Amino acid sequence: MIPVADKNNEPLFHYVLRLADNCLILGHRLSEWCGKGPQLEEDIALINIALDHIGRARSLYDYAALLQGLHKTQDDLAYRRDAWDFKNNLLLEQTNGDYAKTIVRSFLYDVFAHSQYRALASSKDETLKAIAEKSNKEIAYHLVHSKEWILRLGDGTSESNTRTQQALNELWKYTGDLFVCTPSEGPLIGLGVIPDPETLKSHWHNDVQAILDEAGLVKPAATFMQSGSQEGKHTEHLGYLLAEMQFLQRAYPDAVWD
Amino acid sequence: MDNPQKSDQGMLWEVFIQASPGIPHKHAGSLHATDARMALLSARDVYTRRSEGVNIWVVPSDAITASSPDEAGSFFEPSNDKPYRHPTFYVVPQGVKHL
Repeated sequence: MIPVADKNNEPLFHYVLRLADNCLILGHRLSEWCGKGPQLEEDIALINIALDHIGRARSLYDYAALLQGLHKTQDDLAYRRDAWDFKNNLLLEQTNGDYAKTIVRSFLYDVFAHSQYRALASSKDETLKAIAEKSNKEIAYHLVHSKEWILRLGDGTSESNTRTQQALNELWKYTGDLFVCTPSEGPLIGLGVIPDPETLKSHWHNDVQAILDEAGLVKPAATFMQSGSQEGKHTEHLGYLLAEMQFLQRAYPDAVWD
Repeated sequence: MDNPQKSDQGMLWEVFIQASPGIPHKHAGSLHATDARMALLSARDVYTRRSEGVNIWVVPSDAITASSPDEAGSFFEPSNDKPYRHPTFYVVPQGVKHL
């Protein structure tokens, strides 16, 4: 049922870009662990997961470019936009820190993505539905991976518990940004194209609470939530990430493998 | 250290992969993990990234008892001069399938 997208591509374009940017930025962050993982097995696991995210970002950028209608490519969208054009949620651009912080960041996002993509699998938009259906198995695995680590880090030694709790406390203020609903998204929710963030939010809180309880970690109290990603207000970390990620396309535009 | 196979990387596990249903699991390699569940996850990531398997076993390496190379003579050489143990001394009747 393509007509939903045809009526007015702009809001859907922004939403798909938000999905794509989330995947690309988290994928890039995880790829920064390549060759530096705490053990060989985790190094490989994280890079597998990073590649899943980047692969999904590519499908989503292709669709976003189509909705935008300016004959752009996935590379244009990934490498030739500046920080204020990125729609990824603030949580995902946060730096890797120690392994506990990396795992907490993934965990908080994976629980969210798990319900978000499940809901998208029954979207009225055929392309989003297809991408979500294809992604759901890998997302389920990502959640298994981060959840198992949360349980072990929380319920491990006093040091692993302390570090994981610190990471939770530090990252918590960026989680509200995941559920920010922009004015242009309202009609898409009404049409059944995208899920209502309020529904995702209540699922997310329940799921996160249950797993943190089991891990012996404390869910941080409701606090000030920093948002702004949907208006282009990012944390300072995104600029540095883009400077590195986009260097090649910026320095050598249209460079190709020969 | 009490157990030489335990380190800050976790215990050592042996990984066996079944490539398709019905055939035997085959040793694929080893890895470190803190417990059986994590060993399974790591085995999935390390050894089945290219669709190598449909099922995985992980076994603590120290649960495996192996024959010693020193015993190789007494274990294996006696069968070298007993070729009659190979089922090659009869003619397979025509029409028999699946042999």
